[in-house]
Order: sequence, then C-alpha cells, then structure tokens
Amino acid sequence: MTFVLFAEQVLNGLQLGAMLFLMASGLTLVFGVMGLINLAHGSLYMIGAFAAAAVAAATGSFLLALAASLAAAAAAGALVEVSVIRRLYDRDHLDQVLATFALILIFSEGTRWVFGSFPLYLDIPSYLAGPVTLPGGIEYSLYRLTIIAIGAAVALGLYLLITRTRIGVQIRAGESDREMIAALGVNISKLYTIVFAMGAALAGLAGALIGPLQSVQIGMGEPVLILAFVVIVIGGIGSGKGALVASILVGLTDTLGRFLLPIAFGAFMDPSDATAIGSALASMSIYVLMAFVLVVRPTGLYGVAQHEA
Amino acid sequence: MRFKSIAPALVAVALSTAAEAAEDGNGLRVGMITTLSGGGAGLGIDVRDGFMLAIKQSGRSDIEVIVEDDQRKPDVAVQLADKMIQSDKVAVLTGIIWSNLAMAVVPSATAQGKFYLSPNAGPSELAGQGCHPNYFNVAWQNDNLHEAAGAYANDAGFKNSFILAPNYPAGKDALTGYKRFYKGALAGELYTKLGQTDYAAEIAQIRASDADSVFFFLPGGMGISFIKQYADSGVEIPVLGPAFSFDQGILQAVGAAALGVKNTSQWSKDLDNPANKNFVAAFQTEYGRLPSLYASQGYDTANLLLSAASKASVSDADAFRAALEAAEFDSVRGDFSFGPNHHPIQNIYVREVIQEGDVFTNKIIATGLTAHSDAYAAECKM
Repeated sequence: MTFVLFAEQVLNGLQLGAMLFLMASGLTLVFGVMGLINLAHGSLYMIGAFAAAAVAAATGSFLLALAASLAAAAAAGALVEVSVIRRLYDRDHLDQVLATFALILIFSEGTRWVFGSFPLYLDIPSYLAGPVTLPGGIEYSLYRLTIIAIGAAVALGLYLLITRTRIGVQIRAGESDREMIAALGVNISKLYTIVFAMGAALAGLAGALIGPLQSVQIGMGEPVLILAFVVIVIGGIGSGKGALVASILVGLTDTLGRFLLPIAFGAFMDPSDATAIGSALASMSIYVLMAFVLVVRPTGLYGVAQHEA
Repeated sequence: MRFKSIAPALVAVALSTAAEAAEDGNGLRVGMITTLSGGGAGLGIDVRDGFMLAIKQSGRSDIEVIVEDDQRKPDVAVQLADKMIQSDKVAVLTGIIWSNLAMAVVPSATAQGKFYLSPNAGPSELAGQGCHPNYFNVAWQNDNLHEAAGAYANDAGFKNSFILAPNYPAGKDALTGYKRFYKGALAGELYTKLGQTDYAAEIAQIRASDADSVFFFLPGGMGISFIKQYADSGVEIPVLGPAFSFDQGILQAVGAAALGVKNTSQWSKDLDNPANKNFVAAFQTEYGRLPSLYASQGYDTANLLLSAASKASVSDADAFRAALEAAEFDSVRGDFSFGPNHHPIQNIYVREVIQEGDVFTNKIIATGLTAHSDAYAAECKM
C-alpha cells in the first residue's frame, strides 16, 4: 500500500462525507425544528437528480441543471409540507413514519410515470471531467474534489445562516421551545415550510451532484437515506455540527473500511477468504461505529437529551 | 360500508368468469410474473413487451397471458404464483427476472405439475441437482456470460485480471464462472456491497494494481455507477463484463463512458438471421425503441411456447414437454437447442459498445464460446 493510494482513499472518504452531509443536514434540521422523522427525504434526493437530468438534457448546461434541482426539490418539499407533513407534527413518530413511507411510494411511482422505468443520463460537465494531479502525485477526479468543495461551502453557509441571520435565530428558538416562539408572534407554520423546503433543496442538490457519478433511477434515494439516518444518529439528532462531524466520520469509516479490512485480514489468512470476510465486515463497519458511539454517548456525539414534550 | 359489501361480490363474479373461461375448451392460459415497478422495472417491462410481441404476431387468440407485477419481492411472487395456479388455472408460468424470486416460485410450481419457462433467471440450483422435467430455461444458466468473458480474456491475451462483483450468490457465481475459463493470474479480487453506488475505493485499488484487464459483474444501477466513475477516474485499463451492464436499456444512461467496452451476450441486435431482423424491426415499430437482451429473451420464450402449443395440447403434459424439448422455433439468436437439463446450448458472442448516430448500442466482434452448455448439466438427473 502506497501513500498515494491511501491519500486517494482519504479523499474518497471526504467526498462521501460531503455528500452525506448535504443529505443529513436537511434531515437533522427538520427533525430538530419540527420533531419530524421524514423517510421521504430520499425521494427529494431522487427528484433533484431527475430534475437535473431533465434540464441538462434539454439545455446542456450543468449549472442550470443544479439550479433546477434546487428549485424542483424545494418546490416538492414545500408542496408536501403544506399538503401532508403539516398534519403530522402533533402525531407520534409511528404515524410520521407511515405517512412519509407512503410518500416514498407515491414519489417513486409518480417519477416512473413521468420519466419511464429506464435510468436517465446525466454526465459530468466537460470542464469538470477527468482527473487532476494533486501535490504528491495523487491523481484525483476533479468532479469529486468539486463535491468536497460544495459540501464545505454548504456547511459554512448553513453555519452563517443559523448563527447570523434572523431566520437562524427563529430556527434555533424553534429547536429549543416550539410553543414559546409561537407565543412570541413568529409565524410558525411559515417557518416550518421554509425549513422543510430548505432541507429538501439540500437533498435535491445532493441528488443532482451525485447523478453524474451514479445512475439517475427510481429508488436511488433509499440507500442514501439509510446512511443519512446513521449519520444523524451518530452526530446527535437535531445537531448541525453533529451532522457535519458524523458525515465525515461515516464517509471515512466506510471508505477506509472497504479498503483496509481485506488487507488487514490478508495479513494472516488466505487471500480469497480475507476478501470475503473483509468485505462482509466492511459493509458492517459504519453500523459498528454507530453502535459504539451509542454505547459511549447514547444521545450521539453532539446530541442533547430530548426533554419529554 | 357500501363499497365493502359490493367488493366481495365483484370478486366472486370475476373469479367465476375466469374459471369458466379456463374450462371452456382448448385455450392456453399463461401466467407472467415479472418486475414492472421499482428499480428493476425496465427488465420486466422488456421481457413482457418481447413476449407480448410474439403472441401478437402469432395471431393466436386462444392464448391468454395474465401479467402481474412481483415488485422484485419473493413473497409477492409466491402469492402471485399461488393465485395464478389456484384461481386463474394457468398451465404455464413465466416472466421472473431475479434468481432469488425464481428459487421461491419455480420448485413449487413445477411440483404442482405446471410448466415454467424462464426468460431470464438461471440459478445453478435449477440447472444441477434441482432440475425438473417441467422447468425450461430459455435465456442462459447464470454462469454462462461470465464464462464467455473468461474465454474471451484468454483470446485477447489478458494475463492479469482485476475482478469484482457484489457480495451475494450471483456475484460469487459470476467470478467463479469467469475463473472457470480464464487462465491468467489475478491482480485482485473484490466483493462489493450489494446495491453499492460509489466505487471510488475500488477504482483506486484498480489504479494501484498492475492489472492488464478488469472484469466486473455489477447488474443494473451498480454497473452504470461503476462505468461512469471508472471513465472519469482516468484509469485506462480495458474493461470487460457480461451484457447486463451494457444493454440497450441502460446504455443511454451510461453514455460515452461505455464506448469501446467489450461485453458478452448470447444475443445482439446485429445478429444476422431472418428471425432477428424481423424481431428488431417489429419491436421498434410496436414500441418505438430498440429491443434489449431481455426483450429478445421474452420474445424467444413466447415463440418456444407457441411452437409447443401448435404441436400438442398442454393438457397432455408428456406431449407438450416433448414439444418444448424439441425447441422447433426460429430463435432470434440463430441456432438454439436444449441440453439434457433443459438449459440452452448456444453461442455466446463478444460485443463492443459503439455509437450509431446519437444512440449507443452494441456490435458483435467475436464469438466467446461456441455451442456452449453449462457446468451443472451432469448433476441433473431427470
């Protein structure tokens, strides 16, 4: 194993982390402010990817495609919040899970009606295609570096939004005491719609960014959704900082686990067994990490104990 | 409340008419269980469309096909099979795409005396010890395309392959199939997580290895992700794989990244025989798109069924089985016959991904294996 290979794998881990952060930040924001478990977050990711693929096919512009993904996912998020989600805030989590699971089915089949059953095409724009050579002779995909940069920019933007703006103050207040900020005259239902649409837009952006690397197809959101839930559980539900740290942690654990575990087992076993056992354990690694974090800190890395409502 | 009381009555009426239709004479009723919704729907839709095209071309109105969606779930497939056998009284079942669903449905259906014609899944269990006189596979045994890729790797002079597949039974069969024919060394062997969509870690290892070729089996969206990421990574080692990741349905989603990739298939749209020319033209006229591998398999399955139905009635199971075994139909693959375990003996070709106008498609460049059977036929006793 060389330094170059290891460095490339660390970058891969960071890129996965950046993508997970885009998903997890919206999910954790919605849970923190509204107390809502939204299983349909993966569908918003899918909507972003499909919108980007459709606009890229029509216009040929990747920037327009990204803008379309933000707009489409935010619009879908706002629509769903007003029509369905709003009725679920006072219900228990089981009702929320059931209703948002129904939304997954509706979005999946609805997308299939509109776009058909075959995966759509979305390519890396020519100015971001191909590898670049980094210091130390590391060859790395420029597009993946761009995803890392966008993830970092979104993290900074969210931090500024939450700490420096009026809406950020309202979001923080909503997290600590919902009834009190309503009593203070803040239009709580408008705030909820904005927060939900914002989370949706971030999920849509994640889908559009990942579309060129993967396949834009029905059901693409669900595997990512599971990882995003792992991230917010590790980071502490409702914590933006936790989502950032846990995204990077999960991204690195998953990537380096897949890479290092088979090598580690290969040191004392025969290669084909080592590959089989190593890859089996690697696919468990992030869940082991989650279990470990929950044993040490039951509320997650940055979670605060939920006070009973 | 009113609806609830009407619903059972409607169901009863529907069932009784269905049962009457089955009893009134020589009609042949076929149950198709296939995947029409969710992630793998493209495959099931192609099989169904190919199958229905052949039925339509035959002009036989006495053959009734009941199509149901299994949602890629084994439990749903089992329920549909029970319903089709017990209330719809089908004599022949077909349509299943995935091996795990086939394993859940086929043994019980054939044990009840029904015929099963597989248009896609070919698990080794059903080719070897678990073979059954009423089970016919019209596509391939699961290992076949991978074996042909291994044989082609020798012909192409590859000596050091990096191979990868998802960590599940069909993935292990794939790498076993490749290694059964490939004679060179292995630069690396990797099992990835089923459903994995990011292959950056694997591609980094391929880059760091001194492989001269990469063989991968990653069906559906996994393959699209891999090949796009591979093309973007700047790794230039030649890639080969089975047709599943380079088929008509998904090539447009992969785009230029797949150009030049070699893949193995028992069918290609440029195979030069009259049945295939007719099929490709008719499919485009009927559905407005190019047929895929899966559509060709659905079409052949229906034509096999039609050839048997024209010679014998399904009520005479022995005669019907003998007519199926004869396989006297014009396969779009050219020469086609069944081996002793009711799996195909056929050529497997090597195709290259090319661009025709603005459409990505395949053309045949070599024959990987000639008149190839499978490795499990000897274990089949029937």
